[in-house]
Amino acid sequence: MIELTNTTASAIASAFVKDRLKAGSPAMGMVLTLIVVVDEDHADQAMASARMAAHEHPARSLGVILGDARGASHVHAQVGTLAGWTGETALIRLRGEVVKHADSVVLPLLLPDSPVAIWWATNAPSDPAADPLGSLAQRRITDASAVTRGKQRAMHTLCSSYSPGNTDLAWTRLTPWRALLASALDQYETAATSASVTAERISPSADLLVTWLADRLKVKVSRHSSKGPGITEVVLETKHGPIRISRRDGKLATISSPDRPDRPIALKRLGVPALLAEELRRLDEDDVYAGVARSFAKKRLS
Amino acid sequence: MSPADWTNPLRDPRDRRLPRIAGPCGMVLFGVTGDLSRKKVMPAIYDLANRGLLPPGFSLVGFARRDWANQDFAAIVHDSVKQYARTEFREEVWSQLAEGFRFVPGDFDDDIAFANLARTLDELDVVRGTGGNHAFYLAIPPGFFGMVVDQLKEHDMVDKSPNAWRRVVIEKPFGHDLQSAKELQATLSEAFPSESIFRIDHYLGKETVQNILAMRFANEMFEPLWNSNYVDHVQITMAEDIGIGGRAGYYDGIGAARDVIQNHLLQLLALVAMEEPISFDSRNLRAEKLKVLKTISLPRRLDLSTARGQYAEGWSGGVKVPGYLHEEAIKPRSTTETFAAVKLHIDNRRWAGVPFYLRAGKRLARRVTEVAIVFKPAPHQPFTAQATEELTHNALVIRVQPDEGTTLRFGAKVPGTALEIRDVNMDFAYGGSFVEASPEAYERLILDVLLGDPPLFPHHEEVEESWRILDPIIDYWERKGGRPEQYPSGGWGPGSATAMLERDGRLWRRP
Repeated sequence: MIELTNTTASAIASAFVKDRLKAGSPAMGMVLTLIVVVDEDHADQAMASARMAAHEHPARSLGVILGDARGASHVHAQVGTLAGWTGETALIRLRGEVVKHADSVVLPLLLPDSPVAIWWATNAPSDPAADPLGSLAQRRITDASAVTRGKQRAMHTLCSSYSPGNTDLAWTRLTPWRALLASALDQYETAATSASVTAERISPSADLLVTWLADRLKVKVSRHSSKGPGITEVVLETKHGPIRISRRDGKLATISSPDRPDRPIALKRLGVPALLAEELRRLDEDDVYAGVARSFAKKRLS
Repeated sequence: MSPADWTNPLRDPRDRRLPRIAGPCGMVLFGVTGDLSRKKVMPAIYDLANRGLLPPGFSLVGFARRDWANQDFAAIVHDSVKQYARTEFREEVWSQLAEGFRFVPGDFDDDIAFANLARTLDELDVVRGTGGNHAFYLAIPPGFFGMVVDQLKEHDMVDKSPNAWRRVVIEKPFGHDLQSAKELQATLSEAFPSESIFRIDHYLGKETVQNILAMRFANEMFEPLWNSNYVDHVQITMAEDIGIGGRAGYYDGIGAARDVIQNHLLQLLALVAMEEPISFDSRNLRAEKLKVLKTISLPRRLDLSTARGQYAEGWSGGVKVPGYLHEEAIKPRSTTETFAAVKLHIDNRRWAGVPFYLRAGKRLARRVTEVAIVFKPAPHQPFTAQATEELTHNALVIRVQPDEGTTLRFGAKVPGTALEIRDVNMDFAYGGSFVEASPEAYERLILDVLLGDPPLFPHHEEVEESWRILDPIIDYWERKGGRPEQYPSGGWGPGSATAMLERDGRLWRRP
């Protein structure tokens, strides 16, 4: 019930629309199913991120918590008919033998015809496309930076098992950097002679950025460590001089380039909901990431 | 390697994640205290910066007759951004953006002020690296366009070097008839080439309007029906529930036809009726729009095929509101129409015999803009007349605002009854929250200006063609004289508009 006092017809009309949204009418316009595989500890946070991404992409979000696979099967679900967000959501806890057959629970819940995306909020399987749940989806989103142990190793494994439709949030985090670097280079119309990336010691994103730059620029790209947060500096050396983008605080970057004054530019580290929303924007294969993943998989880890 | 065949190794056409970021540039805003600047332009600039789509060093120069320093100008922008921006306020985005704010005080006839402006732009090129690229946004009454453009030319602000661009952005009205539209174009083109003049019709920046093209040309199921074989007529409505508010000075003497039909509704008509462009770049899109506008003709009897009205006192949505003639600053004998309806024909094979009805008005029952394609009745009904009594025409309705989406209206059997068929709706909602994340029309349009990407801006030929269509109607109304018909506020317009459709055996939809 919405109560409006001292109101007008147009306020009532917009209250109708709001109420209809809350009652789940946008569910009719859902564009995809998003499966979220998560553990108990991170479930609330992951579902909150999924809900925020659903603001841009109305979705049926199915949270799946895989519990202990021993013992009798047990399926427990919380279905969201709560007010205040678009789409529908269910958090499904599995225990016992059914854990090995999670796909049998999820398959009947997929929306007809529309695309399916899956997101492993923490640890991902080593071959997402071969995973029973992963094989239901055409977009498989992993997050090497969120795995609990061995992030660099995880990134390498995921790149080695790359198949079309796979993507990693470590790659998504680079989009603002890549956009800025590309438009900075636009200004000089020249080739880069070398490049360097400085970031936290462990940073799957930085590893991918080094690979991407080396692939595209065909030059040697050096990697340096800093205290972070995330990537702190990228330098492209050109014959006019260096193009340098540095970001100390994870928010504001300074771009310095030949014959131009230093300029600040907002370059905020994106939150998971924004990254997820970007991933869901395009559901076909990301050819550029495919190339980067293949190159990175060929590298030997130090 | 020569720069001409240089390609940026970091760009790849397959890399669709990379957003389009404008190159180094700045914008000069004339008329910083107006509603348009504060509610639309300034928030849109902040939102673009927040989304990382403005170049580093982007600069915004305000020009107005105020005794302000740069900080005062920044304070005005700050207030407007806090109040109207779509995205969250972030201090670091704001501070880097605000470093590029400058203010130049002065009148439009003040040579010193414009010399000062020219110096400011040169200085920005040095300290902010704007590279000589500047857009002049004229958010001022069109009466001053000439003066400002002359000044810009006088002070060498339009002569660009081959590596830098200068663009001018104007808002409607683009003249008040064909003659004045041509004069405006002549004034602007003295200083700026045609491709550097950007006319903002914010309707064209709306997602739903762009979606008309997607719906028509990306699908198989609509286009086969999109012609006179199946379509009975088309209704394009833009209704506002508000009156003229504080815009008396602008509105009186302009009226609904010039204010809305000339630009928004005829642009909508063009998108709905045009043939498929060979591609969606601006040249081809404009060519098709222009083609269809050129084929529009008026009915012979304008007395029977147009209607105009003026809102009278009444109750609108539970509020008692004054009539147009009692609004503040309106002359009690004003003949400006606040409602206009016209019938147009399109003389080509696709649309011959299909009338397009356009109506626009203020103080109508609710705020809505929509395009309704109303189909012919089925050629044969196997059902009895009783069974289909409640069945009307099938219709496809494109809802432009609010509640964006598409509705398909068709007959279905009423459950339980022996056999009775009634209209039902099938709805596609662009969705309240879907739209939440989608950019404001002004963000899209301002970014397009900075990128120099013109498909969503009406070309001067389109504007002139629209006036060619509308001028005879307005002339006829003026010749006929008399007062526009009074219609009660809060309803759906004057009786003459209803009568105009009844003569053709049709009804206005209640949108």
